[in-house]
Amino acid sequence: MSAIRAELEDGTTATAPTVMLRHQAVAFVVMVAVLAVLPFFVYPIFLMKALCFALFACAFNLLIGYVGLLSFGHAVFLGSAGYVTAHTAKVWGWPPEVAILAGTATAAALGVAVGALTIRSRGIYFANITLALAQMIYFFCLQARFTGGEDGIQSVPRGMMLGFLDLRHTMAMYFVVLAIFLAGFLLVYRTIHSPFGQVLKAIRENEPRAISLGYRPEHYKLIAFALSATLSGLAGGTKAIVFQLASLTDVHWTMSGEVVLMTLLGGLGTVFGPVMGAFLLTTIEHYLAQLGAWVTIVQGVIFVVCVLAFRRGVVGEIARLIRKPL
Amino acid sequence: MRKHALIAALALALLAGPAHAQISDGIVKIGVLNDQSSLYADLAGQGSVVAARMAVEDFGAAAKGLKVEIIFADHQNKADVGSQIARQWYDAEKVDLILDVPNSGVALAVNQITRDKGKAFIVSSAASSDLTGKACSPNTVHWTYDTWALANGTGNAIVKTGGDSWFFITADYAFGHALERDTEAVVTKSGGKVLGKVRHPLNNQDFSSFLLQAQASKAKIIGLANAGGDTTNAIKQGAEFGIVKGGQNFAGLLVFLTDVHALGLEKAQGLIFTETFYWDLNERTRAFGKRFAERNRGIHPTMIHAGAYAGTLHYLKAIEALKSDDGAKAVAKMKEMPTDDPLFGKGTVRADGRKIHPAYLVEVKKPTESKYPWDYYKIRTTIPADQAFRPIDQGDCPLVKK
Amino acid sequence: MSTLLGIPPQALFGQLLIGLINGSFYALLSLGLSVIFGLLNIINFAHGAQYMMGAFVAYFLLQYAGLGYWWALLIAPVLMAGLGMALERTTLKRLYHLDHLYGLLLTFGFALIIQGVFRNEFGSSGLPYPIPPQLTGGQNLGFMFLPNYRAWVIVFSVVICLGTWYVIERTKLGAYLRAATENPALVRAFGINVPRMITLTYGFGVGLAALAGVLAAPIYQVNPLMGADLIIVVFAVVVIGGMGSIMGSIITGFALGVIEGLTKVFYPEASNTVIFVIMAIVLLIRPTGLFGRAQ
Repeated sequence: MSAIRAELEDGTTATAPTVMLRHQAVAFVVMVAVLAVLPFFVYPIFLMKALCFALFACAFNLLIGYVGLLSFGHAVFLGSAGYVTAHTAKVWGWPPEVAILAGTATAAALGVAVGALTIRSRGIYFANITLALAQMIYFFCLQARFTGGEDGIQSVPRGMMLGFLDLRHTMAMYFVVLAIFLAGFLLVYRTIHSPFGQVLKAIRENEPRAISLGYRPEHYKLIAFALSATLSGLAGGTKAIVFQLASLTDVHWTMSGEVVLMTLLGGLGTVFGPVMGAFLLTTIEHYLAQLGAWVTIVQGVIFVVCVLAFRRGVVGEIARLIRKPL
Repeated sequence: MRKHALIAALALALLAGPAHAQISDGIVKIGVLNDQSSLYADLAGQGSVVAARMAVEDFGAAAKGLKVEIIFADHQNKADVGSQIARQWYDAEKVDLILDVPNSGVALAVNQITRDKGKAFIVSSAASSDLTGKACSPNTVHWTYDTWALANGTGNAIVKTGGDSWFFITADYAFGHALERDTEAVVTKSGGKVLGKVRHPLNNQDFSSFLLQAQASKAKIIGLANAGGDTTNAIKQGAEFGIVKGGQNFAGLLVFLTDVHALGLEKAQGLIFTETFYWDLNERTRAFGKRFAERNRGIHPTMIHAGAYAGTLHYLKAIEALKSDDGAKAVAKMKEMPTDDPLFGKGTVRADGRKIHPAYLVEVKKPTESKYPWDYYKIRTTIPADQAFRPIDQGDCPLVKK
Repeated sequence: MSTLLGIPPQALFGQLLIGLINGSFYALLSLGLSVIFGLLNIINFAHGAQYMMGAFVAYFLLQYAGLGYWWALLIAPVLMAGLGMALERTTLKRLYHLDHLYGLLLTFGFALIIQGVFRNEFGSSGLPYPIPPQLTGGQNLGFMFLPNYRAWVIVFSVVICLGTWYVIERTKLGAYLRAATENPALVRAFGINVPRMITLTYGFGVGLAALAGVLAAPIYQVNPLMGADLIIVVFAVVVIGGMGSIMGSIITGFALGVIEGLTKVFYPEASNTVIFVIMAIVLLIRPTGLFGRAQ
């Protein structure tokens, strides 16, 4: 995907390593303000769904936008974390924050395992093998008793966060989700704009050169992959608590396709792109739920349009207009 | 986006106070939630919306001064989509009743949410007998059919008519397992034998290898513990491999009129299964069938559509008598009032939420026996209402006092 | 009765034969994918949808034009090839200078659109399509009853596969195609119209998918989702065989059909997964597939 990043790079400046660029800081503040106020006007459950997917997309974008690897099986991290969180919260009665951590840890472990197996491939082959491994994990989830198969794990309790915050209150749940999302978002941002991120960029642009400078690309890619998987797991675990349910949908390959679409629509390799993409797509799906099969048609159309004429995505185009990276 | 909807809803809730004496916001809002675009779109889908509308009209809502609104959505067979829509409907769109919901996983999720929010839920499509068993709720009525009724009707009746050796081809997921387990129990209890079973992945295209095993077993009956495309595929390929010609018969454990229509009589002939409604049963069902077909692109009603119609009708009668649309109270009233509609005749809703009505063991006609379009079934036996469903004390429903 | 591996040998042979039949579809479909990838370097994610459209064309021809199976075998691939070429000319062409993964995403998008539109129109219960009268009935082989139509599927697929392989590996046209894959600029310098060849190749690949669709119509229900999960499996077959290797796809297609068939006997729940397990193993040992070339 180096060609993709190269195309996006035109006219944008280098990123500063430690301090958030001013316009990005402004954008961040705006985003936080909007998200803090929105639940009073918009149905909060819908917003929480968008936030979980936004985190998922940010995690995914770390891999595709900054490492240049298209993983076509990323849903497994989302879904397996969801199952573990749901199970620990419902069957073992763990409090929500511990359950979410358990889910995240599962995704991290899975990420390291999958990453170790796949990181040597690249391009189409990487996409293939991640898809293959994802399918295997999907079928495991289908067969395993604890996942509940087609029914999923239902009636997961919201629980009391940190012992005192009753998450059954929608607003309380919302602000917890918002906090989790912002934490994940900032972690991705710090990762990108750090020495580690710089090395990733170097590897992406000229791997042999990076090797000659003494860096081991496999290690860096693996860490990035594991991080991406972990944050996807965080999104999945949170989602399981919000919706009180973990299902096969979240491990199916079409979910992997959806996160690709969100990131593409929002803007590959941009900071705010995945968030925008996740919100847009969730909104579209929400409104089209009334119209049945139109959801897939519209998703397909967006894919086609984005790939043919809108490769920078929404945020990417905005970034190009203001000539600053977003 | 719902502007101020949440605030408005909160305000209304505060103002409304104890809502039992009035219809919430003056409108009875019914949400038909089902699969509009994939596996179950034809047997339920838009047809259920049509059926619900017909029920509202036949009830004479307008004349009685009752405002009823019907909305619908596609849950895409996903528990998360379904539960999100249900939540949104109850929280923000003031829906009072959710209707239909095929796919047991989604139905169970909606069942819980309905209970949490104190609304009402009439299940016409989903099969899981847990809805009136472990997961029974004072806010839910399970209409049409369930896995126990299917297993019992089909299994029992077939063994009695000579089909005493079985081979199962089962969809490998919770619903398929349950169907296989329930039917096996009935078959062995009635004196039959199960010679073998094989599990196939859900949405399987090719059944040749499983059919081969079924043929080799020489069982008289090949029980299909699956649904939708899996069932029709198995039957279609069975015809190719000469199963029926070779003397074996298929027993479909979950088959709908629309599946038979998709297969064609040539392939489906001889298939035996249980339904609780057939449009060509009597004058009243025929009249409904014709009216429905006109509004549903010529497709005649399946038992799901019939259940959606009858359930809505009974709900509206309960609301009218109660003068309120509070969920739990409406369901309690539905249990109190005996049912009477042109499609299922007279029946009752039990304490565990199970709607009781007779079931029919049907056999698909040969092409030569079919005289007009959609003339597909002959009725082999009628299973009386008191035998068609699981006895109330065997379900582990917490609502039922032992 | 003696048993081999726990089941009677007759049953085993029956299952092997069934596996071979399924393998025919995998081989045909992966052949089309492989040909397209070989020359265009694009993973045609729309292959499953095009397979489905082939079956639907056969259905329409019968329903509305009264043209039966044999006509469909001829018309559907040609029609779909035409549509494929139009698609390539208008959209895929623009992506060749970009990363290959855009081609995958574009065709993925088309697959979603096509499947969504068909689902909207035709629901998903499936439409009936009869086995052609000349091929009904079957042969009792002793260990199983083999429907004539299924035997025809094997024979026809083998012929098409071998024919395609021959054209690509042994004829002048094939030589041009292979050369164009390696060095399009040079081949162009020789005066060969490479873009046109690419268009025709894509059309050919799509035509193969449609052909498989027509073959499938009488035995699998004609429904909008028939290609949706199949595409992932075919994907796996191509990867195992080696992207771009024609013989690799053919052999792997048949072989995997047989392996899947055997799995259905011994451990049916895993029959969907076994192909992916094999794919993962192969990719870890030989990342370019069994017969593939390093790119």
